[in-house]
Amino acid sequence: MSEALERIQSAISGNRICIFMKGNRNFPQCGFSAATIQIFEEIGTPYGTVDVLSDPEVRDQIKAYSNWPTIPQVYIDGKFIGGCDIIRELHETGELETIVKSSSAQPAAR
Amino acid sequence: MMEASVLQQIIERGIPGAYVEVRDTTGGGDHFEALVVSDKFEGKGLVERHQVVYAALGDAMREAVHALALKTLTPAQHQNRR
Repeated sequence: MSEALERIQSAISGNRICIFMKGNRNFPQCGFSAATIQIFEEIGTPYGTVDVLSDPEVRDQIKAYSNWPTIPQVYIDGKFIGGCDIIRELHETGELETIVKSSSAQPAAR
Repeated sequence: MMEASVLQQIIERGIPGAYVEVRDTTGGGDHFEALVVSDKFEGKGLVERHQVVYAALGDAMREAVHALALKTLTPAQHQNRR
């Protein structure tokens, strides 16, 4: 397994909510990453981030790993949830909060 | 750089029978928003639906398009929104 793939997998398994983004939570480098972070801040749940701009190999490989061509990408409990549009849509319908709360209420099944 | 109408044709070709609207959000030919309505989305989650559209776009998604805001609906969902 490539080292970049290991970094991807350890980020996903090490953070219940893991956001692959451009920049970091304080200085997002892209409007879509910023919007995604903003939603998790609103929900008020802890999350981890991976800055793909500072790790070009991860930036390249996460797209194939998730079969998803764009950044940001959000994983919750090891499962790919979606990019910015999907997170927005799930937030509008309230489903995102349900996913976040249900997974925090019980230890992640692996 | 790409015309919204070209992007629309690429999606329509990749998802036969789909109703597609594409708007160039900045006028710069690389930021778009698209509405795609297709019965192929029935029974699929949002991730799978978006993957269907990304697959239809193929290389266009990797090269010409910087950002694409996607809305994917089944025909029934689209009816309900009117």
